[in-house]
Amino acid sequence: MKCPDKIIEWMHDYLDGDIVPDHEKALREHLQHCPECSHHFNSLKKTVAFIQHASHLAPPSDFTKNVMAKLPKEKKRVRIGRWLKNHPFITAASLFVALTVGSLFTTWNQGQQFSVSTRENVVIQGHTVIVPKGKTVDGDIVVRNGTIKIEGKVNGNVTVIHGEKYLASAGQVTGEVEEINEVFDWVWYNIKSVVKDLFE
Amino acid sequence: MDMFVKKRIKAIQKGDQNAYAEIVELYKDKVYRLCYRMLGNRHEAEDAAQEAFIRAYVNIDTYNPTMKFSSWLYRIATNLSIDKLRKKKPDVYLDEEVRGTEGLTVYSQLPAKEASPEDTVESLELQETVQQAIEKLPEKYRSVIVLKYIEDLSLQEISEILDLPIGTVKTRIHRGREALRKHLGHL
Repeated sequence: MKCPDKIIEWMHDYLDGDIVPDHEKALREHLQHCPECSHHFNSLKKTVAFIQHASHLAPPSDFTKNVMAKLPKEKKRVRIGRWLKNHPFITAASLFVALTVGSLFTTWNQGQQFSVSTRENVVIQGHTVIVPKGKTVDGDIVVRNGTIKIEGKVNGNVTVIHGEKYLASAGQVTGEVEEINEVFDWVWYNIKSVVKDLFE
Repeated sequence: MDMFVKKRIKAIQKGDQNAYAEIVELYKDKVYRLCYRMLGNRHEAEDAAQEAFIRAYVNIDTYNPTMKFSSWLYRIATNLSIDKLRKKKPDVYLDEEVRGTEGLTVYSQLPAKEASPEDTVESLELQETVQQAIEKLPEKYRSVIVLKYIEDLSLQEISEILDLPIGTVKTRIHRGREALRKHLGHL
């Protein structure tokens, strides 16, 4: 007797785990009195068991290392980012130092251009400020990146940052005369002015 | 688990390679085993598995998170193995002559089993027979059978990995099983 094809189909549905209950019942009944199909079914089940129990080989222990070694180089940005993440204290400290030093240098180097705090009663020639003979400047003078020549009179302090001062013999300054050419002087000057501002 | 993988993938997409090492560690066994069953030898399996991981890394931006990451990885590994099978020349590796001994180390490391030497030999032979039967399958049946029985995946997942309708996957599994039965059913 030739069994219908659907019997074999049901066997596979059964093995896939999605046989409908009616078919399952019919399949069971058929297998009970058909040794040929029963043998077919058993050999299928055995086959599946063999495949499922195939022993699994593990990849070599250096597998991951080898894969990682063959990957294209990662972006530098990410590598630095990870390093920073792993060293939060150093990051914070160096950030602080960098900002402090950076801000000092930028203010020190900033404005290479010439400037003078007052224009009254002075003559400006290029980067030189001249307080002419017989003239009087009331108040402080601050000159940046330039030279000051005092031939007249200044009623106040004279400060020269990044520059030179020439006091003619006839020149007169009632306040202090200061020349700032170094970073530390600059810092000191800034601190002094901040403190002065606080008290005034 | 899913969260773990998702987080790593985000990091990898930003370019963090260390996160990828964890992904490789997590899936290497499965990917290697898939390649081994597809290709039938350790040497090629290792090459294919490595290449699969490298491809996945390079193309990580094309990974679509609606798909399981493992499915995507299996897809790459399966396609790669099939490519290699097609290109495969009948070259023989030295270690293939003693393929049985690979299983020997696996078995000898399992004291719980306490298999007698005869049993071991028998099961080694069986292992080899099983692998040979898989290798005799045409590649389209081989991939579904390996995904179904070696990787233990659902029909749904297999259909997603191979980008085939479920009906086709089923038919291929049925035919693959019948073909295997011819080699293994009488044992």
